[in-house]
Amino acid sequence: MTMFDMGDYGPYVWTCFGLGLAVLVFNEWQARRRHKRLFRDVQVRVRAKEGEQ
Amino acid sequence: MWTFFHKLGSPPHFYRLSLLFSPWLAIPGYLLIAWGTYTGLFVAPEDYQQRDAFRIIYIHVPAAYLAQMTYAIMAVAGAIGLIWRMKLAHAVAAAAAPIGASFCILMLVTGSIWGRPMWGTWWEWGDPRLMSALILLFLYFGLIAMRNAISDTAKADKACAVLAMVGALNIPIIRFSVDWWTSLHQGATLIRRGGPAMDADMLWPLLANLLGFSLVLGAVLLRRIRTEVLYRERRKRWVRDLVLGSEAA
Repeated sequence: MTMFDMGDYGPYVWTCFGLGLAVLVFNEWQARRRHKRLFRDVQVRVRAKEGEQ
Repeated sequence: MWTFFHKLGSPPHFYRLSLLFSPWLAIPGYLLIAWGTYTGLFVAPEDYQQRDAFRIIYIHVPAAYLAQMTYAIMAVAGAIGLIWRMKLAHAVAAAAAPIGASFCILMLVTGSIWGRPMWGTWWEWGDPRLMSALILLFLYFGLIAMRNAISDTAKADKACAVLAMVGALNIPIIRFSVDWWTSLHQGATLIRRGGPAMDADMLWPLLANLLGFSLVLGAVLLRRIRTEVLYRERRKRWVRDLVLGSEAA
């Protein structure tokens, strides 16, 4: 348990590492989501254009 | 060699290549971060002055390094885009800003959390290191806001490139602020005369995290540039073939 207490600095240390993980996950997720969304949008637009012609 | 760079500057070629490169950066990056974080938290000895609070260094320093490095990438990409009119360079600058801003927020927040037990305060207005780092965040916000406010992509690219280049002056100010002025912030730990001021057991996890975070930045940046390239080229024939091709597949 002392390992996680970090000598009374636990809340500070674990908050920082939690935030670090959150930023890494957020960046990865955001990059994937944006690309997926845009790809789908472009696909819909191209399909609609092809349908018109 | 030059043919490779010329090809890399072509949006369709870059779009395909980035998909191949991204996992080769991300996987070793996350593995290094996992090792560096575990070793930094549980194996490295505690600091004789800061005790276990010093372990925040394993997140704070990589975040600070990436926040500044991403800004430098943006400034260089902006300059390349302005001088050589390379389309991809502006896409790089546009894609880098949100990632850099996220690491800049992480740097400021973890620095503030670290400051509370060490300095007795969350924040010190007027401290040169803290203020120059805050200015970096405002520069990121300014660049993101400017890009969103200007609907003409070419105009937005030019304006953002100029702002990124001017703002790059802040990077050496952040770096040397602790040497030039009196600051609560400690001096340089890694890059200093006489070598790093850290024991090897503490240093290796930090180096692993620095490299790991940089590789992950590379992977995420590639993904975001891909999206930016797709957006900018959405009316081009190769994009039409790409999306219809993926549909057929």
